[in-house]
Amino acid sequence: MNNLNSRWGWLALLALGLVAPFVMYPTFLMKVLCFALFACAFNLLLGFAGLLSFGHAAFFGGAAYVCAALSKNYGLTPELSILAGGAFAALLGLGFGALSIRRAGIYMTMITLALAQLVFFFAVQLPFTGGEDGLQGVPRGKLFGFIDLSDSIAMYFFVFAVFCAGFWLIHRTVHSPFGQVLKAIRENEPRAISLGYDVTRYKLLAFVLSAAISGVAGGLKSLVFQLASLTDVHWHMSGEVVLMTLLGGLGTILGPAVGALTIVALENELADKVGTWVTVIMGAIFVICVLAFRRGIVGELLALRTPTSETKH
Amino acid sequence: MDIFGIPAKALFAQLLLGLINGSFYAVLSLGLAVIFGLLNIINFSHGALYMVGAFVALLGLEYLGMNYWMALLVSPAVVGLLGVLIERTMLKRLYKLDHLYGLLLTFGLALIAEGVFRYYFGVSGESYPAPDLLQGGVDLGFMFLPLYRGWVVVASLFVCVVTWYLIERTSLGATLRAATERPELVQALGINVPLMVTLTYGAGVALAAFAGVLAAPVLQVNPVMGSNLIIVVFAVVVIGGMGSIAGSIVTGLGLGIIEGLTKVIYPEASAIVIFVIMIVVLLFRPAGLFGKQA
Repeated sequence: MNNLNSRWGWLALLALGLVAPFVMYPTFLMKVLCFALFACAFNLLLGFAGLLSFGHAAFFGGAAYVCAALSKNYGLTPELSILAGGAFAALLGLGFGALSIRRAGIYMTMITLALAQLVFFFAVQLPFTGGEDGLQGVPRGKLFGFIDLSDSIAMYFFVFAVFCAGFWLIHRTVHSPFGQVLKAIRENEPRAISLGYDVTRYKLLAFVLSAAISGVAGGLKSLVFQLASLTDVHWHMSGEVVLMTLLGGLGTILGPAVGALTIVALENELADKVGTWVTVIMGAIFVICVLAFRRGIVGELLALRTPTSETKH
Repeated sequence: MDIFGIPAKALFAQLLLGLINGSFYAVLSLGLAVIFGLLNIINFSHGALYMVGAFVALLGLEYLGMNYWMALLVSPAVVGLLGVLIERTMLKRLYKLDHLYGLLLTFGLALIAEGVFRYYFGVSGESYPAPDLLQGGVDLGFMFLPLYRGWVVVASLFVCVVTWYLIERTSLGATLRAATERPELVQALGINVPLMVTLTYGAGVALAAFAGVLAAPVLQVNPVMGSNLIIVVFAVVVIGGMGSIAGSIVTGLGLGIIEGLTKVIYPEASAIVIFVIMIVVLLFRPAGLFGKQA
């Protein structure tokens, strides 16, 4: 993709994001943006560092609880409670990463799943999370103390701004020397080690970054829906973010966002028509993606543009 | 009689429950280890197939009048066949790819199974009666032993020991272990390795179904019984490491007992104790109790 083209592409997407809330239902768009940010953060770890975490619900949901509790019980302004949620998720990510990176490959995945289940049990039992009810009626508050976010359009632009910032950060990370080292580790870990890179530290940093941005997405979600609940920390959520990333395209910059849009739209469309079959459909999409569609939507599109060579971005 | 201020009867009853859970952990982690050894796939649908095993018993009873002892044979056979089908049509295509695709595919299958059963049966669950032969119980003096619960422990241990014997002490097992180490070489010796892989997967998930039938009379048969269990079993596998068959069995039983004890001493922690042990093991022995240090 040449530079000029890609600059116009980004500008077009930005314009689309600015116009969208006047054409479509803002709550739906905000949901898409929250999950898109979550999936992009997850992709930083899986797509670029090659680490499959099955515990990202803990960061998303954990931060949602922290952010909701701070807004509701202590009246913190939205930007501060979201930052606090992100910081909490980063700390959690540090713990998860430090423990799970001790084992390679498939074991690492199982460890993240087990640790996330631990967080789930804490969310069920700790008094401040409200158990089965979750934290309801979380106030959106006033941004910086003076912009009222209870208006959907104002809230949308706040969510959009946070999404753009998070997305930019991920984009920068992927294209930085740090991101290049991550890709090197993904492609050939022994060689990266022999080149003198401290692989564990790179993985850990990627883990913390991914967790922190997932946390910001979770905090944002708790303010949009004014709710933090057990759904956010359940392992289904961890599975859902994997699915979004896989469907959109592993290791592509835009893929996870496209995947999030597709899945959220699908859930919205199907929820009242097919009820519990949604789980079955999600499972079927997983199976189809793994068997026949491993590059995902964006990956396939990129492959169309460059039919002769292997897809590299 | 009290032990540490806890009535002995309550303590032993919880220990027995722990031993039962431990038996399920052992049988399931054993199946996972056998499958992982040969297929290099972590079978996320193991829990779902355990649930399907319990439902085959339940539905067999309701619609065909199939009794418990029949179910104990039929259900693993049905689920084993299902496993063969899954391996032949889907898993087979993934062996050349990264391990994580196997995990993702079986995760998708688990979602499908759970969703289908949830649609037809809800989440509340149904109970399955213990067979007449094993109704009631005996008073051992220090505790009351319900016969069925004793049977679950004995039957699971028996299955574990038979599997261990098959793999570690027979020529079939030797071939299997050889194929785990060097599949190409075993293939070159004229052994049909792909068939072996298919049957191993079938046998592994049949073990899960067997555990499902054993569990049916003790626990409620419901569509989410498998997913709750599989995450704990993953932690068990991380603690024990998948390198050793005997190791999986010992770790599973041991953790079940510890969980049971925790239920008596500090009930609030009983749901998380295995995860906490996992963290401690990772800190001090990252390769797992029976794993090879990398």
